[in-house]
Amino acid sequence: MYIYDDYDQRIVDQRVVQYRDQTRRYLAGELSEEEFRPLRLQNGLYIQRHAPMLRVAIPYGHLTSTQLRKLAEIARKYDKDYAHFTTRQNLQYNWPKLEDIPDILAELATVQMHAIQTSGNCIRNTTTDQFAGVAHDELLDPRPWCEIIRQWSTFHPEFAHLPRKFKIAVNGAVEDRAAIWVHDIGLNVVQNAAGELGFKVIVGGGLGRTPIIGSVICEFLPCIHLLTYLEAILRVYNRYGRRDNKYKARIKILVKALTPEVFASKVATEWAFLKNGPQTLTTAEMTRMQGFFTTPDYDSFVGDDLDFIQQQLDNKAFSRWVERNVFKHKQAGYAAVTLSLKKHGVAPGDASSEQLAAVADLADRYALGELRVSHEQNLILSDVKQSDLFALWEKAKEIGFATPNIGLMTDVICCPGGDFCSLANAKSIPIAIAIQERFDNLDYLYDLGEIDLNMSGCMNACGHHHIGNIGILGVDKNGSEWYQVSLGGRQGNGATLAKVVGPSFAQEQMPDVIEKIMNVFVENRLGEERFIDVFDRIGMLPFKTRVYAKEAA
Amino acid sequence: MARIIKDHAIIDCEAELLRNAEDGSFTVLPSSGLIIVPLAQYFAQKIELQSRGDFGVWFAPDDEPESLGGEANSLTLIAVEFPVFTDGRGFSIGRLLRERYGFTGELRAFGDVFKDTIVYLKRCGFNAFVVNSDKNIEDALLGLDALAESYQTGTDQPVPLFRRRN
Repeated sequence: MYIYDDYDQRIVDQRVVQYRDQTRRYLAGELSEEEFRPLRLQNGLYIQRHAPMLRVAIPYGHLTSTQLRKLAEIARKYDKDYAHFTTRQNLQYNWPKLEDIPDILAELATVQMHAIQTSGNCIRNTTTDQFAGVAHDELLDPRPWCEIIRQWSTFHPEFAHLPRKFKIAVNGAVEDRAAIWVHDIGLNVVQNAAGELGFKVIVGGGLGRTPIIGSVICEFLPCIHLLTYLEAILRVYNRYGRRDNKYKARIKILVKALTPEVFASKVATEWAFLKNGPQTLTTAEMTRMQGFFTTPDYDSFVGDDLDFIQQQLDNKAFSRWVERNVFKHKQAGYAAVTLSLKKHGVAPGDASSEQLAAVADLADRYALGELRVSHEQNLILSDVKQSDLFALWEKAKEIGFATPNIGLMTDVICCPGGDFCSLANAKSIPIAIAIQERFDNLDYLYDLGEIDLNMSGCMNACGHHHIGNIGILGVDKNGSEWYQVSLGGRQGNGATLAKVVGPSFAQEQMPDVIEKIMNVFVENRLGEERFIDVFDRIGMLPFKTRVYAKEAA
Repeated sequence: MARIIKDHAIIDCEAELLRNAEDGSFTVLPSSGLIIVPLAQYFAQKIELQSRGDFGVWFAPDDEPESLGGEANSLTLIAVEFPVFTDGRGFSIGRLLRERYGFTGELRAFGDVFKDTIVYLKRCGFNAFVVNSDKNIEDALLGLDALAESYQTGTDQPVPLFRRRN
């Protein structure tokens, strides 16, 4: 974990002072609604359907148990006793009072947390693999680079008012769990033939209204040049990104309009001036940052824990949970555990303050006091001994976080939707819950295997519907809420955008539609084939035919 | 432009900002007093302006510092317009003029400028500010002291924090 020093603390504290003054002037009428809006957004404060919503930054999804307890305490004291984890590894409070926000920020600062740049047209929270540092397929730890980017982008004076929001993701593993192909900038940490560390730089990916897979503009950027190169990209975007139409303002539109080759050459021209300047990273700084993300002092084990193997043989429910929710660790005898925040019938990503506090205790007892948030809106304990897994499973069941559905269809990625968000065209949570209820039979669900179901309440795509195997998008048709279904999307290395099946459906049809899609899948499935593989093999037509077939009389 | 902030103090400054007429033609240069002319007018009437003296040049957000280049340093005053404070192009203009083209004269921000924007402007090389007329200039001056510590380089701090820690 990165630990603040006096400089970092001062930077966060001075923001609390500034924001307290901004809130005071707004309430006193010295700042207009229009002026206050961009200022509060850069502190994560939205004005939503029912109340303000505060988004708290969880840099690259990393938390300590102390921080989680503070988040639980804030939920209890200032909100309705619960909080919501987002698809950007952040946390949202849905019901704080506008005048309490400065106090909440001050409380967050006491545990080295903040809400800086969690919204607004600026550089947002950098995200990464939820298994960073422990994944068995990791080549290089992305987290030091995430922290370097976090510091560089925090209060960057030149890029405080970009044409539109800007999101950076970093991956360091074989499998891309950070969705780097659909970010404004995606960075893959790589090593060249000479063994030097660097980045493959991808720009102009994104979801939203115009989903685009990003383009590689630099195959190998030596790591010392990371910040100067990012600065060059951002400067080109800040100057030439469209500002006349917010739907055409993301960098992906600029990259597409110029072509990736021309965009890359503009960046290269700009970079020539910045390269080797003072923001060139020093060995001392890279070593300092890497020092915060060292391998913990693991107990040494040889091979898998024998009791753990026996427990799986003895207990089917446990072994199912292990198969779905336990991720292979690079260290023998250890595992990374995903606590599912997708209990059937509960809004995906929601957690009560009691649950949060209980998870903090689990982290202390079983996982070195640390945890992570995934972009699939679950919580992860990254360093658990295999010999502790059974006990942890029992405790996770008690708090309702042990649903064995990670990667299955009911592990829905879902935005807050029309129940909370003022941008949404349609509700998303009730659809997610209705689908979870329809597929509540765990045996059946388990047999269906891995299916990513992603849902967004509008085309801003916070629920990443374009890269779900099944994507659901809420649309507005003459004032009523409808749902467009798409199939065939996927995240990761082979990131692909889903294709729309056809005309949209009414809310009450949705569980039936998903069931029909599952029936087509099951009827055509060979052996243990995954849904996405069946789709690739048989194509859209059989699904389309079934979901639009007239009911037999 | 009666009272402005310059070099961390409030001073009096009378200056006339010339804008093109609706048909795009340049405004006739007044015979006396400090004037600030559009970049295009400067290019078109450079000799006339140089013999007149007492002038500055202003940039709209889509004007390119590259077009002026090193010639920037022959000027004593450059102003940059922020039609709305959320248009951040002027930040890049400021940094390019100062850091790439070595402009050392007065760099003045005008338009939608107030307490909450002023510190980022300062960090991008601006040393003079025409505060939005509906805002309190004394209060805006205090904004220069917000966010005193920062991680990354700026015109005001060419050394990033990681080279200064400890």
